[in-house]
Amino acid sequence: MPLRAEHVEVGDELPARTVTVTRQGLVRYAGASEDFNPVHWNPRVAREAGLPDVIAHGMLTMAIAARTVTDWAGDPAAVVEYRTRFSRPVVVPDDPDGASVEVGGRVVACLDDGLVRLDLIVTSGGTKVLSDARVTVRLAS
Amino acid sequence: MALNPSCVGTSYPLSRPYPVGPEAIRRFAEAVGDPAAVYTDQQAAQALGHPSVPAPPTFPFVVVARALDEVFSYDEIGFDPTYLVHGDQCFEYARPVRVGDRLVTTVSITGAKNLRGKDVLTLRADVADTGGEHVVTLHMTFVSLTAVKGGVGDAASR
Repeated sequence: MPLRAEHVEVGDELPARTVTVTRQGLVRYAGASEDFNPVHWNPRVAREAGLPDVIAHGMLTMAIAARTVTDWAGDPAAVVEYRTRFSRPVVVPDDPDGASVEVGGRVVACLDDGLVRLDLIVTSGGTKVLSDARVTVRLAS
Repeated sequence: MALNPSCVGTSYPLSRPYPVGPEAIRRFAEAVGDPAAVYTDQQAAQALGHPSVPAPPTFPFVVVARALDEVFSYDEIGFDPTYLVHGDQCFEYARPVRVGDRLVTTVSITGAKNLRGKDVLTLRADVADTGGEHVVTLHMTFVSLTAVKGGVGDAASR
């Protein structure tokens, strides 16, 4: 059942999640998104571009964070706006553990018409990787 | 190649529509690790009031990326996408993308500048169904990294 606006208050925390991102996951996302930018799968090209190693697609990190919101709201159609800056890359080492992405979120405003503003906190290894990650959802009211 | 600031304000309507099929949405949801039934099951989608299976919120970027690849190739813009990173991204939704949509993207250049030696291109993409219904608007920034010496994008090595 989708969440209703009357059940939401400023300060509510979204359930926190930790997601593992591996090299295989990057290849899978590259295929599904048709984004074959080699900085996401080729360590040589990543280093040529001045990066420490292969990095996750910013859009994959943004998608991982989106699930925290859509699971909470109960319907992907609730999302009316979603924005972020990609402040730090998620560096994905070539090992089975990969990188971990931690996602948390909090209700910062409840507006008219069931509109709710959320701030997301998205980190990898304790470093913030998305900045100003903000979502506006419209919940039934 | 040098970024051409006079391209700011130019719009590029991409004529070829993107047909949204169920497999593309299923594969995308799998790849981002989201097992929600609404992305694969027509009945689950209808139970939430969707006429057909909707896509996850960031899927529209996949639709727009095809148009971006084309725009990045235009010499008149002068943007080198060899080493590309994403700076920021915003989605403003009228409704979710869903199975059965045939989506048409118009890309506009909203900014082109060089910051600390790196070319930074800002774009807007308006996505509509072929019926003309607005679906989603994206705002985004891409940064062209300068290759370290000897890389394939290093002008000295060409």
